[in-house]
Amino acid sequence: MIYLYSFLFAGLICLIGQVILDNTKLTPGHITSMFVVAGSFLDIFSVYDKIVQFVGAGALVPITSFGHLLTHGAMMKANDVGFIGIAMGMFDFTASGITSAIFFAFIFSLFFKPKD
Amino acid sequence: MEKRLYEKIVMNHRPKEHRLRNAITAFIVGGIVGVIGEGLLELYTYYLNVSSSDAAVFMMVTLIFLASLFTALGFFDKWVNFARCGLIVPITGFAHSMTSAAIEFKKEGYVTGLGANIFKLAGTVILYGIVSSYIFGIIRYFVLGGV
Repeated sequence: MIYLYSFLFAGLICLIGQVILDNTKLTPGHITSMFVVAGSFLDIFSVYDKIVQFVGAGALVPITSFGHLLTHGAMMKANDVGFIGIAMGMFDFTASGITSAIFFAFIFSLFFKPKD
Repeated sequence: MEKRLYEKIVMNHRPKEHRLRNAITAFIVGGIVGVIGEGLLELYTYYLNVSSSDAAVFMMVTLIFLASLFTALGFFDKWVNFARCGLIVPITGFAHSMTSAAIEFKKEGYVTGLGANIFKLAGTVILYGIVSSYIFGIIRYFVLGGV
């Protein structure tokens, strides 16, 4: 059942993005930025945590989870060490994603040529 | 008058966008990526015997690795052109934009080309993610009492 919820939620996010992309002049960069801000906003009152518990990986795969994890890490650290924790814990959960994206992008760019 | 006529001709010959088809394709492809993520999550929790939060990290790294590899091999661009937001909005789009920028600008040198441009497309996500998280973090810490 969680597979169905994953499918529906991830699909719904992509559907919203595609509708915005087709009907306005915004580029994919605008849309991903908007979704990151939306995910970051939804972490207030732990709304996104409840969504993740309910739909599983379907809520972790879209880019909204990136903003959610940024705020989540910042707030967890801030609860421990105070205000400066917002800056200290910002990348606690997203570090793996950013690091591996940079690393793989660099390694693959060494071995492959652009294709047209 | 000339200009208006020209615009009319341009409008008639502009390729028609299939908005409904695009939306359905994005929905299905995005949903499939979500199902793959859930499948990987359960696979890792079951076989590697790790907690579900660690398995989520493994799952994201796997998706990023696959998206980078397929972009480097050259056929992910075709998939992105076909599915549009179905592959741009998931984390695969983040990896795709970085790898394609890295490969494209490699010919301009490893520092001035690759190093300077690797975040050309993905940087906006990181920038607005951090700025919004910082602001919402401050709001939550001071106004809502650190929930």
